Amino acid sequence: MSNLRPDLAKIAAQVPDGVRVLDIGCGDGALMAELQTGKGVDARGIEIDPEEVEKAVARGLSVVQGDANRDLADYPDGAFDVAILSQTLQTAERPDWLLDQLLRVGRTAFVSFPNFAYWRMRFALLLGGKMPVVRHLPVSWYATRNIHHLTVEDFRLLLTEKGVTVEDSWYFAGGREIGGANANWRAEHAVFRLSK
Amino acid sequence: MAPNTAPSFRKKALPDPLPLDSGRELAGVEIAFETYGELNVDRSNAILVFHALTGDQFVASEHPVTGKQGWWERMVGPGKPIDTARYYVICANVLGSCMGSTGPASPDADGKPYAKQFPVITIRDMVRAQMRLLDVLGIETLHAVVGGSMGGMQALSCAANFPERTNRVLAIATTARHSAQNIAFHEVGRQAIMADPDWQGGAYYGSNTPDKGLSVARMAAHITYLSEAGLTEKFGRRLQDRDEKSFGFDADFQVESYLRHQGISFTDRFDANSYLYITRAMDYFDLAEEHGGRLANAFRAASDTRFCLVSFDTDWLYTTADMREIVHALNAVAAPVSFVELSAPYGHDSFLLDVPALDRVVKGFIG
Repeated sequence: MSNLRPDLAKIAAQVPDGVRVLDIGCGDGALMAELQTGKGVDARGIEIDPEEVEKAVARGLSVVQGDANRDLADYPDGAFDVAILSQTLQTAERPDWLLDQLLRVGRTAFVSFPNFAYWRMRFALLLGGKMPVVRHLPVSWYATRNIHHLTVEDFRLLLTEKGVTVEDSWYFAGGREIGGANANWRAEHAVFRLSK
Repeated sequence: MAPNTAPSFRKKALPDPLPLDSGRELAGVEIAFETYGELNVDRSNAILVFHALTGDQFVASEHPVTGKQGWWERMVGPGKPIDTARYYVICANVLGSCMGSTGPASPDADGKPYAKQFPVITIRDMVRAQMRLLDVLGIETLHAVVGGSMGGMQALSCAANFPERTNRVLAIATTARHSAQNIAFHEVGRQAIMADPDWQGGAYYGSNTPDKGLSVARMAAHITYLSEAGLTEKFGRRLQDRDEKSFGFDADFQVESYLRHQGISFTDRFDANSYLYITRAMDYFDLAEEHGGRLANAFRAASDTRFCLVSFDTDWLYTTADMREIVHALNAVAAPVSFVELSAPYGHDSFLLDVPALDRVVKGFIG
């Protein structure tokens, strides 16, 4: 599939044909466009950056400029078959609230996020004593939009606490998919498929 | 005055009396309109553009009174975002206006102008009249309805009341409800007109027209169409054709001179009673109220219609917050909706002016 980021390509491959999809933090709509043309899905998006929204609308997609931290509450229960939250959870004001909303508006949810327990992060923090600036999290602590860093293990704990079912999970490092063994050490990014 | 000097307009008579929200009905309604491009064989490429308060049907052609180019030529035409090489664009003069459609200056059954006997109309009445025009033109379903400001109100009203008539709704710099502040500004304008002795209770046709009142109304309204930053940048406190203040009440400041010019030139092309009736229609507009007090209910039957809403960050007349309420209502019925707040310096008038991002959004949405 096209030039999508590996986590997005994985999600795109997993979304069934013809379903209703909400992409939260959809950017310029690259994933939505892929899903719409490739799978005939009915895709909607939410994006906070007006320039990205303009690009998405200009390519004919249905994207609302807004803040998922507030606006997700306006969508009815079960309005979508699939809700997607890619690389956005760690930027949310309340990731736990956002997760609840995700599984309220969507029957299935895909969540991808950067893993703060990736081994390079751990060593950078252990040996350098500073917030790591690495390939998959390249922005310094004061400029990053990531205000709630998390690890694969943290996420699994939250899911257990909330009684959320993990239907599947995938892990990525160096732009490639890796196996699930020791993922909390080895993965830069994780993708989860969830249901309530 | 436009009604006496106006050229002949392209128009259609509606075959049946038009029912109005007031409970009255209006017989012999004529709707003036212009079209651009060609209707295709299966009649599926029509786009209806709704005009704003003081706009008209000359969206992309020369205005017959002022000789100025169409009010949205940057948006509508061959190769433009609303491409008349592909779409058949229709723009009708709204009911109650004064560019050929039936309004207060039109003759009543006794042959005299309606003046104040003209029934109070609503935004929905305007839309209903235009749907009847489409019936006459043999167009069942539109590719899109498009409008800014009061045109956007008509677009939303069309979606709510005639959802089967259009596949797409593009509403720019508009609102689902006139606020107290919106009504207040309009009331200033109406009072200015009615305070002009030449208004004569509305029965001024054939004699002096209330140009002073209409001019003041336009001046007050014009301020609401611009941003403070825009006014400051354009005029600041600069003086008009003089080096010092006159210590009098001439137009010392450039902004005064500009507003006076806007007011006076407006009276050449607009009927004061039309201004009263159309501002009233806007003030009465409350889409939620029409649908049981809940805006989402207005769009229940339009959940398959594609919507695109655009606001401007410097528009304080119809704000981004106003438009977000519409977005929330559309989300509640899971309608496919796009919304973007664009950055532009011109205030409410941004929708008419050079905002390239708007061109891209319109082009992308219309397809």
